[in-house]
Amino acid sequence: MRVCVDGVAKTFTDRRGRQIEALHEVSLTVEEGEFVTVLGPSGCGKSTLLHILAGLLPPTRGRIVFEGLPEGGPVSAIVFQEHALFPWRTVLGNVAFGLEVRGLPEAARQARVRALLELVGLQGFGDRYPHQLSGGMRQRVAIARALAVEPALLLMDEPFSALDAQSRALMQLELLALWERTRKSVLYVTHQIQEAVLLGDRVVVMTRRPGRVLTVRAVDLPRPRDERTLLAPAFLQLVDECWQLVKKDAQEAFVDG
Amino acid sequence: MAERVVVYDATNAPAGGERRGVGVASLAALLLVWEAVGRLGWVSPLFLPPPTAVAAEAARMVASGELLRHLGVSLVRIAWGFAVGAAAGTALGLVLGASRLAEAIGNPLIAATYPIPKIALLPLMILWLGIGEAPKVAMIALGVFFPVVINTYAGVRDTEPLMVKAATSLGARRHQVLTKVILPSALPTILAGYRLGAGIALLLVVSAEMINASAGIGFLILHAGDLMLTGKLMVGLVLLSLLGLASTWALRALEGYLAPWREDFR
Repeated sequence: MRVCVDGVAKTFTDRRGRQIEALHEVSLTVEEGEFVTVLGPSGCGKSTLLHILAGLLPPTRGRIVFEGLPEGGPVSAIVFQEHALFPWRTVLGNVAFGLEVRGLPEAARQARVRALLELVGLQGFGDRYPHQLSGGMRQRVAIARALAVEPALLLMDEPFSALDAQSRALMQLELLALWERTRKSVLYVTHQIQEAVLLGDRVVVMTRRPGRVLTVRAVDLPRPRDERTLLAPAFLQLVDECWQLVKKDAQEAFVDG
Repeated sequence: MAERVVVYDATNAPAGGERRGVGVASLAALLLVWEAVGRLGWVSPLFLPPPTAVAAEAARMVASGELLRHLGVSLVRIAWGFAVGAAAGTALGLVLGASRLAEAIGNPLIAATYPIPKIALLPLMILWLGIGEAPKVAMIALGVFFPVVINTYAGVRDTEPLMVKAATSLGARRHQVLTKVILPSALPTILAGYRLGAGIALLLVVSAEMINASAGIGFLILHAGDLMLTGKLMVGLVLLSLLGLASTWALRALEGYLAPWREDFR
C-alpha cells in the first residue's frame, strides 16, 4: 500500500466572493508502514490537506491515489484535535462506532473493541463516558476509535495540541510505543517541531498562504525512539534545521495571525 | 497592622442537608401563617380559606369523584395536545435543521407565527373545528409545537461539526449521521423544549377551559369563583401546582433515562 498525493490544490471562496488559495500543488507520498509528519505554521493549510485525504473535502485540483489497497477496507480514519468523541457514548460505544455503522455483528465488535482498549491502555475504562476521562485518555479513545475500522492510512490532525505540556509529552511517547506495535501508515499534522521530528520517519515542511511543500526532510534517528531521543544531538540538530526552515513563516504568522 | 484577616470563613456553613431543611421549614412556616390568618379571624374564609379547610374540601371532592373527573378531562386534553405538538415539533425541527431548503422556507413562517399568543387562536380553532375537544387539543398542540420545533432546530444546528466529520470519516452514511450523531447530540435541547412545552400546555388547557368548557380544572376554578366557593377554587390551584411539579419531575426523569451522560450537568 502506498498513498500518493499528486498536485492537490484547494481554493476556497470567502463570503465576499474572494478566492483564497489554501493549498498550492501539494504532492507527497506515504509508504506502507511509514510515519510521515506534516509540519507547518498556522494557516499553511495542513488541516485542509488532511480533510481532503479523509474524503471530507473535495480538492479543487489534483488527485489522491491509494496504490495496492486491500479490497473492501476503509481508506482512512482521522483523529481530531478534540471535541470529536461522542459524549453520549461510553468509551466502548465510541470505539465501536465505526464497526457499528459498517454493520459488523455485535460479538465481533465486542472482541475487537476489547483488544483495542487493551492496546491503548484503557482496559477497565470501557463503561466511562468521555467527560469522566482526562484529555489524554480521551485522545487514546479517539485513536482506538480510528484504529478500530482498520484504515489503510491513519490521519492525525494535531491530536495532542489541546493537552497540557506534560500530558502531550506522555502521549507522544505512548504513540511511539503504539506505532511500534502496529506499524500503521500514519500522516500526522502538527505545528510543533519537536513533535514532528520525534514521531516522523520523514517531515514534510510546509509554507503558509498558499500552503505548499517547502521541503521533505528524512529523519534518520534510530527506532524504537523514546524520551532519550529528545536529548540526542542528532535530534536537536534536526529540530534546529526545521526551525530555520519555518522561522520566517512563523514570524509572519505571528504578526498577521 | 491587623493580626488576622478573615477573607472567608466557611467553618459553620450549612451542609447540603441543612439547606434542604430550610426549604421544608419555610414551606411549613407559610402554611402555618396561612392557617393562623384564617383561625384568628383576620381574613374571612370566604376570601382565604385556611389550608386545613382546603384539604378537607379536597377530600370531599375526591370522595365524590368531582376532583378526578375534572383532573381526568384536563389530563386527556394535555396528553393529546402535548403528544401531537411534541411529535410534530420534533419531526419538523429535525427537517429544518438538516435541510437548507426547509430552513429557508420554514424559518420565516415560524418567526411570523410564533409571537401570536396561542390563546388568541382559540376562536379560530372553534370556527374550524367546532366546540368539542378538538379546538382545545389543537390549540395546546400549537402551544407545545413552537418551543419544541425551535429547540429541536437549535439542537440540530448546534451539533459539533467535528463529530459529524468524525462519524463520516469512520464510514457513517447520511442517515446514520442523523440517527447516531445529530439526534443524540440534540436530545438534551429537545427535552428542554419538551419541558417548556409542558408548562405551556398547562397554561393553555386552563385558559381554554375558562373560555369554553363544561369540565376540567380551568372550568372548576372559574365556576367555583363565580359561586364564591373559595375552597374548591383553592383546591384547583393546588392541583395545578402539583401538576406542574409532576410534569417537570417526569420530564427530568425521562432526561436522566434518555441522556445519562448529562448527569453532571443537572
